[in-house]
Amino acid sequence: MSPAHAAGAPLLALAGAGVRFGRLQALAGVDLQVHAGERIALIGANGSGKSTLLRVLHGLQPLSAGKLACAAPHRQAMLFQRPYLLRASTQTNVALGLWLRGHAWREARARALTALARVGLEALAHQNGRTLSGGQQQRVALARVWALQAQLLLLDEPTSSLDPHAKREVEALIAQLADPGAVQTGAAQAGTAPVTTVFSSHNLGQVKRLATRVLYLEQGRVLADLPVHDFFNGPLPQAARLFVKGETL
Amino acid sequence: MNTLYPSFLTALELVAGLDPALWSIVRRSLAVSATACALSFGAGLALGAWLGVARFRGRGVVLVLLNTLLALPSVVVGLLVYLLLSRSGPLGWLGWLFSFQAMVLAQAVLVLPVVTALTRQTVEDAERAYGEQLQSLGAGRLLRSLLLAWDTRLALFTVLVAAFGRAISEVGAVMIVGGNVDGFTRVMTTAIALETSKGDLPLALALGMVLLAVVLALHGSVALLQRWAVRRDAAAGAAALTLATGAAA
Repeated sequence: MSPAHAAGAPLLALAGAGVRFGRLQALAGVDLQVHAGERIALIGANGSGKSTLLRVLHGLQPLSAGKLACAAPHRQAMLFQRPYLLRASTQTNVALGLWLRGHAWREARARALTALARVGLEALAHQNGRTLSGGQQQRVALARVWALQAQLLLLDEPTSSLDPHAKREVEALIAQLADPGAVQTGAAQAGTAPVTTVFSSHNLGQVKRLATRVLYLEQGRVLADLPVHDFFNGPLPQAARLFVKGETL
Repeated sequence: MNTLYPSFLTALELVAGLDPALWSIVRRSLAVSATACALSFGAGLALGAWLGVARFRGRGVVLVLLNTLLALPSVVVGLLVYLLLSRSGPLGWLGWLFSFQAMVLAQAVLVLPVVTALTRQTVEDAERAYGEQLQSLGAGRLLRSLLLAWDTRLALFTVLVAAFGRAISEVGAVMIVGGNVDGFTRVMTTAIALETSKGDLPLALALGMVLLAVVLALHGSVALLQRWAVRRDAAAGAAALTLATGAAA
């Protein structure tokens, strides 16, 4: 099953993608096109291939089979479940991402401050990133990818290790990034272009709130690929239906 | 048994009385080992950090050899350096045999595998945990090795201290290439061996006490540094939470 996609060339296209780790088939025969403006949720049990698929899309995991095509030139970034911040100030941590992409260090530090303000952490610009709470660290990581002005953002369970309060804060920031027009929280969002997102999550409520399209994976295969409304209201393969109901086969 | 107590008292008097012969040996020992560690730390840190992130054919063999060198007997190092520096050896033209430089070279060769292997392990652990995130930001292998080495600097300081401990406490290599010449190449360990064989136990005991005190001071300073870092991080974390709570309110 696959949804009707927006017209135009996809940002990324996977065809027959497969990844094998020794005897383990982590991904098998995955076809996926990511179009600009989409917010795609990857759901499935642990070990179903969500993280592997995200790593493939970001070029961190080579394919054993199939191919990944970047049809339209774009900037992309990835956010991890547990962000890695250097034992340095949050400003340096954000600036590092820019510097690694070719910006001058002085300019990178100035832009880092703007990015930190965007996630409400400008007061902690000089704080050692390693000493922040989990939620604050994830917000710094969001500032880092926001500063890169990525058009495609890949998020691997970005809120799963956070407490409920931090989870709400980070989810709100992701929502702002993904669809700034829908969330009016201040002048900072004015004129900001929406960011195409592909994220994995075990939180079905979050999927309903953030996604426009849902992929259900099981044992490395995509068993359902539907618009979010159809996924939660229409017919589903049995495995996906049981997963949504919180049961297993 | 009957000589232990008076020898110990005399040794204490030598240490407390700042005996010139004793302290000249101590100064020379510290200078040789510190210079050797500075040289091997520079090279070992770079090599170990690179090995921590590099992947190439034959890497496993290199690591096995490197770990084998950890158990290299100091007399074997002394013998090899002696052969290198002897008049008919490839480095004989330097005229370093039985000199300060020869002892530095021997100790540097001895601790280089220690620094390299421990740095490699530290950086490789960090690479396994966080390398992918740095890679996703655009950092290549060389840059990752530098960033991860810098980020694990507290752990690498422990490596430096361990290397210094190995250097200052070895006797075989400096005995062979230094010759234990009084006033020139006599260091704490070679002096202890000599004075014990001569029956001058007070001086040997005094040198032993200083040697232990040096090593104890080094490891104590590492423990204090780590404790300070943990406390500083905890305090900074609490401050960040307070700041964030205040900002939210």
